[in-house]
Order: sequence, then structure tokens, then C-alpha cells
Amino acid sequence: MPDQLLQMQGISKRFPGVLALDRVDFTLRRGQIHGLMGENGAGKSTLVKTLTGVHRRDAGTVLLDGQPIDPRSPKQAEALGISTVYQEVNLIPHLSVAENICLGREPTRFGRICWRAVSQRAEAAISRLDLHIDVSKELSSCSIAIQQMVAIARALDIDARLLILDEPTSSLDENESQELFGVMRKLRDQGLGIIFITHFLDQVYEVSDHITVLRDGRLVGEYETASLQRVDLVSRMIGKDFSQIEAARHAPPTASATTAPHKEKFVQVSALTRQGSIAPIDITIARGETVGLAGLLGSGRTETARLLFGIDKPDSGSITVDGQLVSISSPRQAIRLGFAFTPENRKVEGIIPHLSVRENIILAIQANKGIWAALSRAEQLRIADSFITALGIKTPSPEQAVANLSGGNQQKVLLARWLANHPRLFILDEPTRGIDVGAKAEIEKLIASLCAEGMAILFISSELEEVVRDCQRVVVLRDRAKVGEFTGDQISEHAIMQTIARHEHEA
Amino acid sequence: MKLDYAQSRQPFALPGWLAKLIWPVAALALLLAFNLFFTKQFFKLEIRDGHFYGCLIDILNRGSQVMLLSLGMTLVLATGGVDLSVGAVMAIAGAVAAEMINVPAMPFPLVIAAALAISVLAGVWNGLLVGVFRIQPIVATLVLMVAGRGVAQLITGGQYTTFTDSRLVFLGNGHFLGLPFPVTIVAVMFAITAILTRKTALGLFVESVGDNETASHYAGISSRTVKFMAYVFAGFCAGLAGIVAAANIKCADSNHIGLFLELDAILAVVVGGTALAGGRFYLFGSIVGALLIQTLTTTMYMRDVSPEVAPVPKAIVIILVCLIQSPAFHQQVRKLFTRKATA
Amino acid sequence: MTQSAGNTTLDYGRERARMRIASKYIPLLATASVVVILYVYGCAAYGPRFASLRVLVDLFKDNAFLGVAAIGATFVILSGGIDLSVGAVVAFTSILIAAFCEHHGVNCDYLRRSPDAAVAFYRYRHLATHHLHPLLAIGVSLVLGSLFGALQGCIIHFYRQPPFLVTLAGMFFARGMGFVIHPQSLGIKQPFYIAFLNDIKIPLVAGVDIPFTVMCLAVVFLVALFIAHYTRFGRAVYAIGDDEQSATLMGLPAGRTKIMVYTLAGFTSALAGVVYTFYMQSGDPASCIGFELDAIAAVVIGGTLLSGGVGFVGGTAMGVLILGLIQNLIIFNGKLNSWWTRIAVGLLVLVFIAIQNVVTAASRRTTRAAAG
Repeated sequence: MPDQLLQMQGISKRFPGVLALDRVDFTLRRGQIHGLMGENGAGKSTLVKTLTGVHRRDAGTVLLDGQPIDPRSPKQAEALGISTVYQEVNLIPHLSVAENICLGREPTRFGRICWRAVSQRAEAAISRLDLHIDVSKELSSCSIAIQQMVAIARALDIDARLLILDEPTSSLDENESQELFGVMRKLRDQGLGIIFITHFLDQVYEVSDHITVLRDGRLVGEYETASLQRVDLVSRMIGKDFSQIEAARHAPPTASATTAPHKEKFVQVSALTRQGSIAPIDITIARGETVGLAGLLGSGRTETARLLFGIDKPDSGSITVDGQLVSISSPRQAIRLGFAFTPENRKVEGIIPHLSVRENIILAIQANKGIWAALSRAEQLRIADSFITALGIKTPSPEQAVANLSGGNQQKVLLARWLANHPRLFILDEPTRGIDVGAKAEIEKLIASLCAEGMAILFISSELEEVVRDCQRVVVLRDRAKVGEFTGDQISEHAIMQTIARHEHEA
Repeated sequence: MKLDYAQSRQPFALPGWLAKLIWPVAALALLLAFNLFFTKQFFKLEIRDGHFYGCLIDILNRGSQVMLLSLGMTLVLATGGVDLSVGAVMAIAGAVAAEMINVPAMPFPLVIAAALAISVLAGVWNGLLVGVFRIQPIVATLVLMVAGRGVAQLITGGQYTTFTDSRLVFLGNGHFLGLPFPVTIVAVMFAITAILTRKTALGLFVESVGDNETASHYAGISSRTVKFMAYVFAGFCAGLAGIVAAANIKCADSNHIGLFLELDAILAVVVGGTALAGGRFYLFGSIVGALLIQTLTTTMYMRDVSPEVAPVPKAIVIILVCLIQSPAFHQQVRKLFTRKATA
Repeated sequence: MTQSAGNTTLDYGRERARMRIASKYIPLLATASVVVILYVYGCAAYGPRFASLRVLVDLFKDNAFLGVAAIGATFVILSGGIDLSVGAVVAFTSILIAAFCEHHGVNCDYLRRSPDAAVAFYRYRHLATHHLHPLLAIGVSLVLGSLFGALQGCIIHFYRQPPFLVTLAGMFFARGMGFVIHPQSLGIKQPFYIAFLNDIKIPLVAGVDIPFTVMCLAVVFLVALFIAHYTRFGRAVYAIGDDEQSATLMGLPAGRTKIMVYTLAGFTSALAGVVYTFYMQSGDPASCIGFELDAIAAVVIGGTLLSGGVGFVGGTAMGVLILGLIQNLIIFNGKLNSWWTRIAVGLLVLVFIAIQNVVTAASRRTTRAAAG
């Protein structure tokens, strides 16, 4: 029996406008848990989707147990013995556990499903994981952890040789993750090959034997977990060679900001927490201060922003604005307090795609004024034009549908929308993601000038050099908790990376 | 991830609204052209007592109910919902008007106000169910669609209440500027709707909520309020249509007033360019759509096709609209043409 | 960190499950209680006549064609779709069969019903062979109904169009075509129909018997139960209605299943039309206006979610019974007019929607708590 279970060589995949995978290699051995890591846009999920038949690769070969394969659909991939468990448990909530395990392949006799055989098969699959669950229970009545186990059991039911776990621990707590790891180790010992996609550093170190890192669609390298330092892992994921970075001081912002007297606290967040989103966190933001939230993908930055803006409700903790305790339970309330928020996923949560640039820009102001006090067309055009000029939004006309603009210009439209409202606190979640270099620089300059004018800014970004360049204070998050905070001269990429990488057990 | 930049690639593009309106207008023009050549008497106009008569006038008159309904339905569809109850609400409004006008010494404005108030109440009911309780629109409005005619019959005591009051009758049968009065009502209502949606922020909010509810929510728009108002407005339009319908036949026929007109209204709005899923809406397009449907029906009538068969061409229109809106269909057509080119 | 066998943390999931194992069945229980309440009320208020066997059998007889159609509609709604063409297809089928049977102008003067079905068939069989045999007519209409449903399903799936719109077009089309076949209602005097098939019945006590149409309903109901709970197709329908994306990722043939569902609905609508012709002994293209609403109401009252994935064929059967019972109660009352039926049905639909919403919201809350 060959040791190499899976060999992927030279895999490339292109989407319209994007090269998602560029000649990536990946190898998996039998009886191995292999972590697959990378930041946003690295290509992890695309690589996995070419393996499971959701996408067809443009180039490269895939050998499973030495045989070349080319699955065209999830069903074909399953038939080959490749099973996937997705992050959102992709099972049917209102069917029973047993049904979910056997769905689509229920044992039948003359076309009639034999329910007893279904139960038996399900129980066998569950017991392979050393679990005891009542398989007649409705799936939605089980906890997410159990649902994931059921998904794994379903994957095993088809005699999988290769199991892919896509961010399985995102919704699990500490104990449940440990249960999952126990199951994974058991399966590995049984000879299964497991691909473990995650962004939790601690977890990948705990359970994987090998780690493959992707970045920007390219393979960075494959490493043995035991011999890869955390700091090296982080630097490979971010793309900075740690050892070569000097502990560079960050450039001080404009003189007015640093020489200003002790800045008044504007927003104070204390012990704000939400189950499954973020552990209790403290942040202070002063007027005229840019506070950065740094951390890897999934560390809880967006979750914090959503709590602050009223999109999610915290389980406990408090937010104080100008000394007053406030309760922010909806975006409207946040807006009334003077907050603004540009989300990370601008296509889904930010722009109104079929509406024009003008309409998108004046949307927040108009929402503030209500239904009856409508801005006149002339007034709208004036505001839109002023922002188009001020931010350099490239559009043939203000009536152009926003969906037709490039990503950078869409982001500028969103910024314009909020700036028109004169916010006091501006929360920017990955404002420069997917934007060309020129636009990026413009946006950073804009942030600096807003800060100088006295606006408080919460700046979330995965690009460390941006965070270091633009912020006077940086809060570092890792694995949904705050692990550090730097102010002024302490801020450097070196320091931040070290904080992210540092593990409590490391000396 | 390396990005190739997708520049706005529109060398020649009509403004959005024009591109959408071309289809229904062209279809209507085609139908009228067909009738011009092949149907006798279609374009014949007479003037009697200073009033116009003829096939075209008939279309405007009979189509007025669907036109009124489609104004309200446009807003509802634009928010991403649907209102199946407008036909039943028409029956209720007609019943109220008929009953009240028969009460001696009842001031006329009160009769109209009462009928409209009841239909607004129906709209509030729907708006609460959809906007506040977040029940699926099809389900929520199904309730009133089923129960509404029962309520209407309750009001008339199961009778076909007739009336002769000339003021009410005028609403359905009178003439103004030579045209049947319902046409005037439609024109006024269209103007009111246009002002309501474009001179206030309601139109913008409706389009925003229908296009991307999450982003609208984050921008501070209360989608709850917007949807509520859309259903209330649809109720009002249905009330107007119901009064016109009852006035037209001088009777409150709770079984037949508005029967299946909600479906015609939905069809009119979709043909007129508003997407079933919501977003941008086109009031003028909905009017054109309603006219198209009525022209189809009248064409069939003028060609001696039994009126009951008229639904068949409507069905074909719906399927055509579906196909035109389907990207999968566009792909098939494109493949067909490229094959022809290479062959 | 303890390396437990995993039982401690997973056990509490079981506790929570016990409370909610019934959540799926709550609407069904509610429906059953309404049936019982209505029937008991009827017996109490209107005495022995209401409780008589004849009235009970008539309840099934009068609603047999609604029952057949609603059962087919259940599958469509379970899959997350909707079918507005039901009523039109029933009417179309009825007039098609009537036209087929009467097309050759049967001379009916000497028809007499024979108490003995076998003798009747023998006596009249030569008539049955002289023109389009009703069995052939029935067969043709069932095939047509299925093809029509399949066409709708294909447009819905391949062109990704909303079922609402496509079946609306189907409704218009079938309705109009019914009038093309024959503009008015047409009585069926075909002896095969009247004498033979109508004589197939199961006699009960006191001169009451179960007519052929009710037997049809029973067969359809049993077959539907089997399909829903004992076939892969049935389970796929549930899965797709519950979460289509997950179902596709799990490898289920979503497209094929959806097209089959609409084909099935077309078949049952046509079958309902056949039952209608037995019941009314005629075909009428103008009948069954708004019928699809009754079918949908029966499905919703029966506990099926309009969004799909949850529901039971048995529930729909009970929903049909409820609609029939309400009608009966109002008739027996004599003072209330028939429009109260519409109001009552509307209110019931609302109540059941409310129940569904409450149960869904409660289960969502519990899942979030369980996840934490």
C-alpha cells in the first residue's frame, strides 16, 4: 500500500479576473493529519474544492493512491473516497441523525427503505468515532459539536480514505474542540488521511503532523509541525520574513496628533463578550486617535466591530461613550451615537449594487433624515459630486450603478456614504482589501487626515504594515481573544507578530 | 490573490430605466401594430356627447383596475415581497362602499373615506405580519386572500348589494375630459405615487431594502417601516380599485370583483421591469404592463376568441418574461448563435 | 485537559433533545386536535345526525378530489416550491375526459343502472367499445397532467425561475385550454362511468357504502405515505426543502428531484380531475377556481411549512378533513352563510402560521444555547 495517499501537483485555477491557484503542490500521507493554512485569499478553499469536485482545475494532476482522478461533482468525489465536512455543518436540520448519515444511500429492498438497516448503519458509523448518540434524534436538537461529529460519521459511512475538515472548530468551544481532536487522532490511527483547514494557530500545533502554508494562491511550503516555530509559521502566512525585519519604529503620525494634550476618551469598551464571537475584551478609543485591531483571519476582529456597531448583541460587558453608559442594539442606535461602519464584505453588506453611486453615497444621510425630509436631487448631486472629487472615485457618472465600479471605487463610495454623515467614530473593517495600490494609498491618506481632524477611528486590517503605519494604538487579537496592546513607539510589525505567535507554554 | 481589473465595460449602454422599459413598450407597440393591420375596428374612435368611445378607450377603462393595483403592487414587489390579497381587499372595499351609500343621508365623502379606511386597515394587517412579525409575504397575504372575500360577504350579508347613487356610479361610469372617469383616477393616482416615491425618500428606501436588505440595515434604514408602508399603500390602491370596480357594475359582487386581478397585477409589474426579487422599480413600466395585459385580452375579444381562453396568451407572456430574465436562457441563445456563426 | 471518551460534554445534548423531540410534531398534534375538536363540537351541537355514518362517509366523498390534489401539493410544498396550477389542471382534466367520453354522442336513452355491476358491464360493454373508452381517456389525461407538471418543473429548474411565476403561467394556460376543448360544462352519460365504475363500492352498514372515489383517495394517500417515508425520492424531497444547498453538497440529485415533484403534482392534479368527474358526473372548464388555495390551505393547516422541509402527508389529509368539517358545521348550522367558511379557513391558516413561527423561533433559540 503506497504511503502517499494524495498527491496534487501543479494545480492551477483561474476565475474571471482572479488567479486563485498558481501551480500549487500538496501531498498527504495515509494516517496523517495535515494542516492547511493561509490568510484570506490564499486559496485554501479553492484547492479543496478542486479536490471535491466543486470546481474543475485548469491545470495540474491529482493522484489518489497512485491513480489519477478528476472528480466533477461532490458525488463523484465521494465515490472516490474523498469526504468533506464543511464549516457550516452541511446537513439537513429537520431529519434525524441516522437519516443524515445515510441520506442519498439509504439501504433499500425493492425500492423500499429499510429503516432498521439505516439505524444500524448509522450506529456503526457513530461507534467508529467512539461516540454514543441517539441516532433517532432530530439533528437540529443536537449541539453544533455533535452535528459536526454526525457530519464526520456520514463522511466515514462511505468508507472514506481522505477526510477534509474545513474550519471545523469555528463554532466549537474548548471542550468540544478537544473531543473533535480525539476523534481525529483515532481516525488517523485507523489509517485515514485528514486535511485540517484552520486559522487557529494553537489548534494546528496541537493536532496536526504536517502543515502546508498557502499565500496569494501559491504554495509557500510544507513543514513538519514539530520543527516549525510558531513565529516562522506566522511570518510565512503573512509573507514577511521575520528574521529580516528590524524592530522598525513606526512613523509617528502628523505632529498635531502626537503633540496634542492627553486625548479625551471617546469610547470605552469593557469586558465586552459574546458567546462564540469574542472573549471579554477591553478597548479604549480617544478622539483623534486611530486604534488598530490586528490579528490573523478569524481572530475576532470583525466580531468586535459588529458588537460595537450594534449588529450583534453582546452577552455581557459595557460600552461607554463620552462617559455615558450606552446600549447599542441596532445599527440605527450606533449611527445616532455618531458611529460609522464599513464592513469587510462590501459586496454583501456594504453596497446596494443596483443603485447608483449618488444614491449609495447619500443613503446614510437620508436614512438619518427619515422618509419625509428628502434631499432634493440637486442637493444629492452636490454631495455626491463633492465626494467623487474629494475621494477620487472613478466613475463615468454619478448615475452609474455601483456594482459596475471596481472594488477600490466601491470602497470609496462606502467611505463617502459615511463621511457624509460626519461620524465621530469610524469603524473600518479591512478597508483596503482587494484594492489597487494607488487607491490604497489614497484611503490611508484619508484616514490620516480624518484622524487629524479629530475623528476617532477603529482600523481593522490583516496587513500589518498598514496597521503599524497608520495607528497610534494597536490591540492584538488571536483566536477570539485579546492578547496584547501597544501604544505609540511600542508599535512594530515585529512586536505584533511575536504577540500573535506567542504561546503560553513557550518560553 | 492577483486581480485583473474589471473596468466598467460599457461602451454603449442605455440608461437602466430605458433598457428595462423597451421590452414592455415594444411588446405593446407590436400588439397594437398587429391590431392595426389585422383587426378591424380596433383603432376606431367615436365621439358621442363629447365622450370618446372605442376599443382603445375600452382598454383604458377595463384596465384601470389592474393599473391601480399594479401601482401598489410595484412597491410591494420592489421590497422583495408580494401581496396576494389585493383582489380580496377590492371586494371588501366595494362591499363597504355599496353598503354605506345605501344608508340614507350618508355624506358621500364619508362613504369613500370608509371604504378606503378599511382597505388601508387591510394593508396595515399585511404590513404588520410581514414587516413586524417577519412572516413570509406569500403566506402572510394568503390569509387575507382566503378570508377576505368571506369578510366582504359578511359586510353585504351575502347579497349582491346594488346601488344607484349617481355620485358613486359616476366614479365607475362617468366621463371627464371625454375619457372614462376611472382613467382620470388612474392618472391622478399615478401622479400621487410618483410624487410619493420620488419626492420623498420612500422610493429610494424601497429600492434599497429590496436590493440589499442587510446593507440597508447597516446604513440605518428601518426595513421594517419601509415594508410596512409598502403594504399599507398596496391596500390603499386596492381600495380605490375596489370602489371603481363596484361603481362600474353598480353592485358589490364579492365573488367576482377583483377575482385573480392580483395575479394580473403581479404580471403587469414583472413585465414592466420590476424584478420579482425586488430592487429597482418602474411605475411607468407597471402601467405599460397592465395596458399590455388588457390589450391582449381585448385583442382576443375583438377577434372573437372566447374571453375564457384569454388566459392562454397571458401564460405565454409570463413564460417569455421568465425566459428573458433568465441568465441560463441567455447562455443557451448565445450558444445557439455562436454555433450558427461557426457552422 | 482531560481526554475523556467524550460522553460528558455530549450528554447534555441528549437532555435538551428530550424536551424538543416533539418540536417537529407539534403542528401535527395541533392539527389533530383541531379535527377532534371540530368533530366533537359538531356531534355535540347537532346531535346524532352529524355523528351518523352517512355524514362521515359524505365528508370523505365530498372532499375526495381536494384530498388527492392536496396530497400532491404537499410534495411540492415540502420541496420548497408552490403549485398554483392545481385548480386549472383539475378543471382541464375534467372537461377533457368529458369531451372524450361524449364526443361521439352517446345515446343514453336506454341506460339504466343495474344493481349488479358485473351484469351492467356485460350489458353495456359493447357501448364502451364504440368510442373513446373512458379508461383510455383517463389514461391520456393522467399522462398529459404528468407531462404538464414535468414541463413546469423543467422551466423552474433549468431556467431558475420562481415556482410562483411559472405555475401561475401554468394555471393561466391550463385554464384557457380547458375552454378551448369545450366552452361549457359537459355532463358525462357514458355508461361505463355511470353504471360500472360508480357501482364499485364497499358496502357498509345501513345502506351506506364507500364509493369508488373515496377508495381512490385512500389508495393515493397510502401510496403518498409510502413515497414520503419509504423511498429515497421522498427523503430527498424533504432534504431539498429543508436546505437545498446542503442537500446538493451531500450529493442529492436536486434538479431531478424537483422536476419529479412537479410531475407528481401534475399527476395528482389530473387524478383529482378524474375523481372530480366521478363525483360530479360531468366536466367543467370553469370549475375549481381558487381550488389551489384550498389545497395550499389544507397543506398549511396540516402542519407543513410553506418554506419546505417539514410536514406530513397525514397532516394534509387532516387538513382536508378540517376544511370539510368546517363546511359541514356551517351547513348544519343553517343560519350561518357559506362565506364564514372562507373566514374560518383564513383564520386557521393564520393560527397555524403563528404556531409554525413560534416553534421555529423556539428551536432556533435552543440551538443557539446548545451550541454555546
